[in-house]
Parts: sequence; C-alpha cells; structure tokens
Amino acid sequence: MKKIISDIKLYKHYISINLRCMMQYKTSFFLSAMGQFLTSFNVFLGIFFLFQRFSKVEGFTYSQVLLCFSILLLEFSLAETFARGFDTFSEMVRQGEFDRILVRPRGEIIQVLGSNFELTRIGRMLQALVMFFYGILNSGIDWDLMKILTVFCMILGGTSLFAGLFILQAGLCFFTLEGLEIMNIFTDGAREFGKYPMAVYGRNMLFFTTFFIPYSLVQYYPLLYLLGRRASPVYTILPLAAMWFLLPSLALWKLGVRRYTSSGS
Amino acid sequence: MKKYFSFFRMRFTLGLQYRVAALAGIATQFAWGFMEVMIFAAFYRGDKNAFPMSFSATCSYIWLEQAFLAFFATWMMDNEIFDSILKGNIAYELCRPIDIYNIWFSKSVAVRLSRAVLRCFPILIVAAFLPAPYGLAKPESCLHFCLFILTLVLGLLVTAAFCMLIYILTFYTISPQGLRILFTSAADFFSGGVIPLPFFPEPLQNVIELLPFASMQNVSLRIYSGSMGPDKMEKAILLQLFWLVTLIFTGKILCRRAEKKITVQGG
Repeated sequence: MKKIISDIKLYKHYISINLRCMMQYKTSFFLSAMGQFLTSFNVFLGIFFLFQRFSKVEGFTYSQVLLCFSILLLEFSLAETFARGFDTFSEMVRQGEFDRILVRPRGEIIQVLGSNFELTRIGRMLQALVMFFYGILNSGIDWDLMKILTVFCMILGGTSLFAGLFILQAGLCFFTLEGLEIMNIFTDGAREFGKYPMAVYGRNMLFFTTFFIPYSLVQYYPLLYLLGRRASPVYTILPLAAMWFLLPSLALWKLGVRRYTSSGS
Repeated sequence: MKKYFSFFRMRFTLGLQYRVAALAGIATQFAWGFMEVMIFAAFYRGDKNAFPMSFSATCSYIWLEQAFLAFFATWMMDNEIFDSILKGNIAYELCRPIDIYNIWFSKSVAVRLSRAVLRCFPILIVAAFLPAPYGLAKPESCLHFCLFILTLVLGLLVTAAFCMLIYILTFYTISPQGLRILFTSAADFFSGGVIPLPFFPEPLQNVIELLPFASMQNVSLRIYSGSMGPDKMEKAILLQLFWLVTLIFTGKILCRRAEKKITVQGG
C-alpha cells in the first residue's frame, strides 16, 4: 500500500515536470494541439458529408454514429495522453535510454508512463466532447443511471484496451529493436475506423473484434444497450471485460524486460 | 537540365533501398483499403440510389488511392528539406551553381515515385483479383487508361508543386509546424482523401473541383473507372495544367524573393 501511494506521488511529480516542460514551448504546444484537432476534424467532416447523402448506415443514424465515434476517440486520446511513453518506446530502446530506467530504484512501468504525458491530445479530446454532447442530445436515448454507468465503463475499458495495445507495441520492441509500423493498423486504424459501429464491417470483423482484439466490447455492444436495442444489464459492465487485453500485453512486456539486452551507447 | 535529372536518379535509387519499410506500408494500405471498401459497401446496402458513382468505381478509386498513396499524400513531406532550412545546411546548396527550386522539386518527385514503385504493384495485383464489385475493376477503356496515366503524372507534379510552396514558406516563417498542419489537412480533405469528391453535396463539389487540391488524386482516380464524362475530363485536365503552371510559377517567384534576403540558421 505504501508503495502504491509513493508511486502515485511520483507519477504526479512526473506529470508536473512534463507539463512545465511543455509550457516552455507554448506556440508549439498550441500548434500540435490544433493539428490533432484538425486531423480528426477531417474524419468528422467525412462522416458529416456522407450523411448529407445517406440517412442511415446499418440502421444507425448520423447522431448515433457521432456518439459512437466520439466515445472511441475520447478513449483513444486518453490512452495516448497517458501511455504515450509506451507508444514512442522504440526510440527509448534504440537510444539506450531504457538502461537508465533499469538502474533506478523504481518500477519500469511507472517510469515509462511518466516519461511522456502528451497533453497535446487535448485537441482531439475537445472535439470528441463536442461530438459526444451533440450525439447525446440527438440520439433519442432515455438516460438512466445504468446508461450513465455504461458510458463510464466504456471509457475506462476502451482506454485500458488502447493502453494495452501501446504496451504490446512497446513489448514487441524488445524483440525487434525497432518500432513495428504494422501495429499502427491496430491503434491508428482502430481510431480511424472505429468511427462506425463495428457491425458495419461485417460478421467476421465483429467476431474478430469481440474475441481477439476486443474493440467491439467497448464500442458496438454497449452502444446497442445505450440505444435501447439490448436490455440485459450485463452490457453495462461488458466494456470492463476488454481490460483482459492488458494481461497478455503486460506479460509480454515483463518477458521483454527480463531478456532485454542493451543496444545503446 | 541534366544535373537535375541526376539528382532525381540519385534520390530515386536511394528511395528504392527502403524495402522493409515498404512492406509495412503495404500491409497498412491493405488494411485501410479493405476497411474503406467495407464502409462504402455498408452505405451502398443502405441506399443504392444515393450513390453518385457506381459501387465498383468507388472500390477501384479506393484501391488506386491506396496503391498510389505516396504520389498524393501531402503529409509525406521531405523532412530533409525542412531540416536544411531550419539548421542552416541550405548554405551548402546555395553555394552550388544550381537552382534551389528545381533541385527540391526533382528530389520530391523522386522520393514520391520511388515510394510508390515499391508499394503499388502488390496492392494493385491483389486488388485486381478480389471478387467483382469489391476489387479493382478493369479500366473503362484503352483511352481511359492512357488518360489515367497522363493525369496520374500531372497529379503527382501538382502535388509536388504544392508541397514546394510549403517548403518555401518555411523560409518566411522559420517554424514549418503551423503552416504544414493547416495546408496538409486542407489538402487531404479537399483532394478527396477522406471521401471521394463525388460524395460531397453538389454545390460544394462544384466549387471544390476548381481548387488546386482537386487536381491531385481526384482526376486520375476518377478517369480510370470512367466516372467522369468526356467534357468534364477535358476541363479537369486543363485545370490540372493550369494549376501546375500557376503553382510552379508562384513557387519560383517566392523562392527567388526568399533567396535574396535569406538568413542562414544555425552555426
């Protein structure tokens, strides 16, 4: 218990260092945040103009799609903000920075987490929030306590899932020594294509995203519950099941740390 | 002319060395193309009549877009050029009896060409063998194919000339970050990179088609599957030529002006 409290204290300190560091370059921070906003704004405009022409896709209306997209975007941006250190971990391994982490008397995970706190993703989060409120107001959902809880579970589960993917990507770096670009399909690709409910991509994709990389658990199924198309209260906590993805990711990471040999100078 | 061509060749052969990176790129492009096709298939199932072009033409558009991504992606810019401006290496290039604009232009075209050569064939071949409406269809006719190649090259040149403007504006602004973000996201959207231009509402589409962005990937990818009428094609090709000349001319003037009062950064 004492260790956890001191870890949290340390993490807070890391965040404060990162923030102070970022605020030294205010223009750069502002521009990066704007860039983050613009790239996902393009995705939004794409959806907007498609729905000028079509009224529904797979039974989902414009505002329902926006609700779905906004929650996923929020999860992804949160995961990227906190776990950016894992996302850029290949740099750390290649330059031998990881050796410095190993010699310090603290856990590796907390140090890698603390190495980068990417607040620029706030640009994307802002957009996600705007779409989220638009979606809520126009999707015709009858809100009750269970549904509000479902949204929180979605955000928690989804953020953990994306963080798990970043950790998996970092864990693989121990074996390949360089960043695996292919992993982008599962991180950036999911952000890009998670804009539509997974059922849009067909049965096979739904199966894959339920049992292998559980995007659907945090996106499609709880969305059905929110829209009142499923009634069972199981759907409320279903998104939390996506957290299982952290287990193999962390296991691979641990294995990687154990057999790590330095590559830097 | 000869020296610019040899710069082009050097950069091109260098670009061909990055084969592993190309493999990762191919895998990503496949995944992207596949998901895009699925999205449009879902919209097509919902409302066939609202489709502005045939479904098969849309799929061909998507696969060609993925195959030739390196031609048209404005965000794939040469960091070497930005660095040379920011760090002052440009001083060496200014000493040489060469024209900065021509050198950079031939370099950027070479980089884009080498990337596309490594990536396009596996994507094109597999996409051509996918089942009927979902894959890359045969070109509309022999004439359409020839025009496709012509406009593909013109589109590549327009894209390169547009990126040149961003490089050159860096002389004036020092930090490329802001301009780059603004220009590339505008270009990505208005060139039909997010959704093909025919999917935009009619009035907006008429305006967008006049912009330089529409002269990048839009023309050739639509000519391939015959989703542009003959007079529309003629107009589009003339517009491509117009924008190519305009962009190069503007770029050259700005470059000339920048060279006169250049401050070399770094030491």
